[in-house]
Amino acid sequence: MDVYLPIADVSLDVFLLLGIGAVVGFLSGVFGVGGGFLLTPLLIFVGVPAPIAVASSANQLVGASVSGVLAHWRRGHVDFKMGFILLIGGIAGSILGIYLFALFSRLGQIELVISLCYVVLLGVLGFMMGIESLRAMLRQRHPGASRRKLHRHTWLHGLPLKTRFRKSQLYISALLPIGLGFSVGVLSAVMGIGGGFLMVPAMIYTLGMPTTMVPGTSLLQIIFVAANVTMLQAFTNHTVDAVLALLLLIGGVIGAQFGTRFGTRLRGEQLRFLLAVIVLAVAAQLAHDLTVRPKDLFVIPMDSR
Amino acid sequence: MTLGLRLARVLGFIVALSPTVTRADIVADLSSHSIAITTGFTGASVVLFGAIDGPGDVVVIVRGPERDLTVWRKGKIAGIWANAESVTFTSVPTYYALAASKPPDETLSPAAAAFYRIGVANLKFAPKSNISPERARVFTDALITVQEKAGVYSPTHAKIAFLGDRLFRTTFNFPANIPTGVYLVQVYLVRDKDVVGAQTTPLIVSKVGVDAAVFDFAQSRSLTYGAIAVVMAVMAGWLASLPFRNA
Repeated sequence: MDVYLPIADVSLDVFLLLGIGAVVGFLSGVFGVGGGFLLTPLLIFVGVPAPIAVASSANQLVGASVSGVLAHWRRGHVDFKMGFILLIGGIAGSILGIYLFALFSRLGQIELVISLCYVVLLGVLGFMMGIESLRAMLRQRHPGASRRKLHRHTWLHGLPLKTRFRKSQLYISALLPIGLGFSVGVLSAVMGIGGGFLMVPAMIYTLGMPTTMVPGTSLLQIIFVAANVTMLQAFTNHTVDAVLALLLLIGGVIGAQFGTRFGTRLRGEQLRFLLAVIVLAVAAQLAHDLTVRPKDLFVIPMDSR
Repeated sequence: MTLGLRLARVLGFIVALSPTVTRADIVADLSSHSIAITTGFTGASVVLFGAIDGPGDVVVIVRGPERDLTVWRKGKIAGIWANAESVTFTSVPTYYALAASKPPDETLSPAAAAFYRIGVANLKFAPKSNISPERARVFTDALITVQEKAGVYSPTHAKIAFLGDRLFRTTFNFPANIPTGVYLVQVYLVRDKDVVGAQTTPLIVSKVGVDAAVFDFAQSRSLTYGAIAVVMAVMAGWLASLPFRNA
């Protein structure tokens, strides 16, 4: 059963879109990440124009993060002060990102920029996760191996504007979360991701937040950054397909529930290794599409039709 | 070409451009004057039927609304295929289809075919900026190829079938990705290598229903549309979390 997506201007099978939503929801349930970094490439693979895929993923992300935050909030695992400071950077970053998006659209290069960002980010991420999970699996076999120091002082801790975050038991410079929010905000606008997979490790290792507080706080600020991206994309580029986002959300909710249950049965390192393999496969496919001589050397971009 | 003949052609063209003006020697109509793009739209067929008075052949062209179109050429930059250079053409028909009772190059003189823009090869594409003729040719050919692959230009002519000597009919198939706007269906009666009768009928392609409303809203009230999209996502996310409140 085909459904016509009014903004994307393509007809796609309803069950294919629900299925993509479910797969991404399942993975986010299993791995506890937003899954936006898989959603956008999958949409591009099935024929949704890249700019529409990015903007509609941001729209879908708003809903997915709301249900995520509510679950963490009930357990008291959200640091609102930290979320707010991250958000200041996030909003500023997403405004810059939208400006870049519009600029590259005018230059006819937005599809390339989106693909390139994904190849680099997924490649680096998949590689790092793969190494890390392999090490963790090896460590389990040799339990006597050395451990990392819990807290190290670097130049990052000498920055001004020191602020106390009671809930996370931290006393750090507010510039750190603002800078982190800003960089993730830019990526969020250009790539349609929440950036949880960047935000979470950075919050744990760079900010030094307690692991329990990280997912809820990260999701909280993603809601607002994704909402801001959705609004700005709708306003400047007219690329948000709400019908597409809604279909993805429905599939995603169902998938996430199965994913959460499945995730509890697998061990952490194995899960992370599996995710690394998936991420690298997606990056390889996108890189392949960029380097292989295209079938048609001439194209007419969608927005000029 | 004599002055009289040229004048006759210009007059014929003016007649051809004004909607549903009929010269007695050819009449035609469409099975439907509008195509509605709805949810689940997978394309549409429109039947054209008509009659001619006396002998002759029939040629029909369907032209979509005109727009500026940018054609990009991909090139390899640092090992990656990227959009390297572009040419923008002005007033390009977004759709072009041709039907004829006999191959138009047999029934029409090249001059007449060029004048009435019969056949994709006779379409004129004007680059927006000054470029060399060779470059314009390369990009014009590319434009036609891309449009043919997208199914919005027909490379060959569809067959017009005659029922007896006078009545004719043909079917135009419109793909799912047709642009919206006012299309012109131009029906020509051809005799002695020239057009002797013409009629033009409009065909309106529009998005209707919920999708059209969504599309129009997203374009005209984009900020409100964005806000609604966000609220909708928040509601969906909140609803989704309800069944698992106690988990």
